[in-house]
Amino acid sequence: MADIISEYEDRLPRKVIEEIKENLPKGASDGKIKKVMEAVLEEFNIARVSPGECVGLISAESIGEPGTQMTLNTFHFAGVAEMNVTLGLPRIIEILDGRKELENPMMEIYLKKPFASGKRIEDLRQLALQIKETTLKDVATEFTINIGDFTIEIKLDKDKMKEIDVTSGKVSDAISKQLKGYNIRDNKDSIILKARTKEDTFNDAYKTKEKIKEITIKGVKGIRQVLPVKREDEFVIITAGSNLADVLQLEEVDAYRTTTNNIFEIEQVLGIEAARQSIINEIFKVIESQGLNVDVRHIMLVADTMCVSGTLKGITRYGVVSDKSSVLARASFETPIKHIINAALVGEVDNLDSVVENVMINQPIPIGTGLPSLIVKIPKQGKEK
Amino acid sequence: MAEVYLNSKFIGSVENPIEFVQKIREERRRGSVSDKLNVFYKEKSDEVQLESSKGRARRPLIIVKDGTPLLTERHIKQLEKNEITWSDLSKQGIIEYLDAAEEENALVAFFEGEVSPEHTHLEITPLAMLGYCTSLVPYANFNQSTRLNAGSKNQKQALGFYASNFAVRMDMDVNILHYAQKPIVNTIMHDISNYDKHPAGQNIVVAIMSYKGYNMEDAIILNRGSIDRGLGRSTYYRPAVAEELRYAGGLIDQICIPDKDVKGYKTEKDYRFLEDDGIIYPEAKVKEGDVVIGKTSPPRFLSSMEEYSLASSTRRESSINLKHGEEGIVDCVLITENEEGNKLIQVRIRDERIPEIGDKFTSRHGQKGIVGLIVNQADMPFSAAGIVPDLIFSPHGIPSRMTIAHLIEMVAGKVGALAGRYINGTTFDAEPEERLRKELLSLGFKESGMETMYNGQTGEIYHAKIFMGNMYYLKLKHMVANKIHSRARGPIQLLTRQPTEGRAKEGGLRLGEMEKDTFVAHGASLLLKERFDSDKTVVPVCENCGIIAIKDNFKNKSYCTVCGENVQVSDIEISYAFKLMLDEFKSLGIYPKLQLESKY
Repeated sequence: MADIISEYEDRLPRKVIEEIKENLPKGASDGKIKKVMEAVLEEFNIARVSPGECVGLISAESIGEPGTQMTLNTFHFAGVAEMNVTLGLPRIIEILDGRKELENPMMEIYLKKPFASGKRIEDLRQLALQIKETTLKDVATEFTINIGDFTIEIKLDKDKMKEIDVTSGKVSDAISKQLKGYNIRDNKDSIILKARTKEDTFNDAYKTKEKIKEITIKGVKGIRQVLPVKREDEFVIITAGSNLADVLQLEEVDAYRTTTNNIFEIEQVLGIEAARQSIINEIFKVIESQGLNVDVRHIMLVADTMCVSGTLKGITRYGVVSDKSSVLARASFETPIKHIINAALVGEVDNLDSVVENVMINQPIPIGTGLPSLIVKIPKQGKEK
Repeated sequence: MAEVYLNSKFIGSVENPIEFVQKIREERRRGSVSDKLNVFYKEKSDEVQLESSKGRARRPLIIVKDGTPLLTERHIKQLEKNEITWSDLSKQGIIEYLDAAEEENALVAFFEGEVSPEHTHLEITPLAMLGYCTSLVPYANFNQSTRLNAGSKNQKQALGFYASNFAVRMDMDVNILHYAQKPIVNTIMHDISNYDKHPAGQNIVVAIMSYKGYNMEDAIILNRGSIDRGLGRSTYYRPAVAEELRYAGGLIDQICIPDKDVKGYKTEKDYRFLEDDGIIYPEAKVKEGDVVIGKTSPPRFLSSMEEYSLASSTRRESSINLKHGEEGIVDCVLITENEEGNKLIQVRIRDERIPEIGDKFTSRHGQKGIVGLIVNQADMPFSAAGIVPDLIFSPHGIPSRMTIAHLIEMVAGKVGALAGRYINGTTFDAEPEERLRKELLSLGFKESGMETMYNGQTGEIYHAKIFMGNMYYLKLKHMVANKIHSRARGPIQLLTRQPTEGRAKEGGLRLGEMEKDTFVAHGASLLLKERFDSDKTVVPVCENCGIIAIKDNFKNKSYCTVCGENVQVSDIEISYAFKLMLDEFKSLGIYPKLQLESKY
């Protein structure tokens, strides 16, 4: 049996062969296996993209056409304030442009066993609070500057603090860690800051006052909202705001499944391959949610294009398009003057290898029937003599 | 304390806003405050808004006091006798105009019977909330509102009898419908607006059924017999205008048959219709290219020409001729002068338009469609009584659009046609459908409006009963004769050498960016090249410097303007637009060097 299968090793991809091996019934006769292999090979050859097929453009059309039917809505989470998700065309544009700042960054935090079950609801609540970012202004009722000695007084909200389980000690610790050059006095229901330097002005004090409002007291920086949701048998925490690197550090978090919708962040933390997969997942999610039907392979091609260079690049004139080798192709897509002038400055050569350039000069495009050409160079007759 | 705003500006506050607002309204009705002032108390934000600015849409309503409308029988009688006018009612405080804001404070009764002590106003007629065109739709209250919008829009494009003095007018681009009729199913707005003086449609027999698929997707099928009898026939009028313009230096255009030595002289054949005065004679049958008014203009750049003093022989030809695709019969010639005292000639050309495939028709319910097939009367389906429909409408147009009034109009039209009377279909106030159906039954037809029909070609009976009735149909001004266009070869633009754009210039139909993509996606590389060959050129290129060289066919040699004669110059085939781009690069100071290489 193994002999027959190995005959096909150079004609079928390894994964297909493995799949056949797994699914073949035991004790199949050699003749039957041969038949199966021939059938698989035939199917495989039919499914293969023919040489010269214009895959990129077909992908573009296949994604672009259903894109015209997409609606411009954002989806709101019922019940939770300011938890909305960008969906539809805006989200697709956001992904394909490779934006670093998302309109609605979100995370899906999966949890390790004891927390995920949700049996100890109190633990889950605590964990959620531990993830949600609390800034100083959330626990303070008032910030005042004493004009006499330029001290800043922060009045604390006892109820709020109790709710999220912090003490004034923890607050002053957080301040001292994130603010340098100030003496901190903890009065239990208020905290007083005094500059160590003598020549402090009112202006400096005011700036400090504004700055300390954003100091993180508790939680992960950037996570604005948390929402534990039951998904099938386990609890998942959905967040508004994203900080993958810090969330993965938490012990209770299942780092294998936790994810964010910020592809740029995934690229930073998990690498380019993860980013590629994330692009595919995110785009597919949008297309699916709109009830449209696009083959994943088209999306995979787009994701590949965005990631081949090793870093994440958007499909914009600054990203993928700027990497094109042809001046004319770049010029035909936005800001032509910039590209032509820069090309002229360095004396760029356009080899007219791709589609756009050949359409421009009215030559057969090197795609489909225009692709085949002679490999042998015919020497010029004049030179021989 | 409620804040008071006058035209959105804060002017003060009042203790009791409701009383204040009431007082202002009373004063307005009494006439001591302008009736153009509207007042509105906004409970939510506790503020009073007074508006007197222009541009607000306001509508008149009858004032109701303590559950009784102020407009009485006495007023109506006085109005009928012309003793009082509309504005008197307004002055007496019987009717008043409310704007959108003040309407929020009002409770308006629809009909007089509904009035209760809570009501503040009464509609003069429910029809008052519709515009003119929408009021002309019968049974409009049975339609979906979007269809009313579409229907109103369509009515404005209908051909009709737009002005009774059309024969002496020189309107640009107008149509007159022959045999225009007033609708059998009408509304009171038809009477109010004297619609029978300027009708815009015809009452025809409509059957709702399929016919061999030629009425798919909103198409309609017409009976050739009906067309021959004048259904949807119209005349299209279009004047050609010429003026004897005066130029600096005392020179003037001349309306005449141009001399043969005039610059740009066409051919003798083109001027064949012109009489001695240079103007065409009435009832001449003209086709595209024919000159209607002969005219010559003085030369453009006078100063350089004066030296030769040959002014008379260098005049330019500037005749008015029929444009591409135009034809017709000269209807009327008008010779007059314009405001500046220049001689002005207008020649009106008429063209009879008989309905053909592609012409647009519509009912009054936004059910527009294009003629998909014209069937001989003998081949049309016919009913047991021998009635042959003029038009076949597709049943698929009804369910999704929900134009119930379209169906009711057919029943009403049938009753009207059979009983010989007009049916009142005024919105909210129409003759009830049940009564129409009963009358239809008494006239010897099924009350459902359905009829047994027979296939016109085979004589077989149709198993389904067909809904048939009379409707008012409108011919719309979009006719294929004005739009049909094709081109195999023709004029090109001077700059890019690409085909011109648009029907008037006999232009090409552009194969655009996205269409190009489909060729690329199919890998049809050489077909794509062929499509884009419209501006291909062969240019000689210097292989040394890579710049376009010069080929002197006269001396039969090629040379480069930069490198001279002793270089290899090769011909390449490129699009002219690309050559133009290379030239533009050169003008920018960019050196576009072409490196040639054998393709094979």
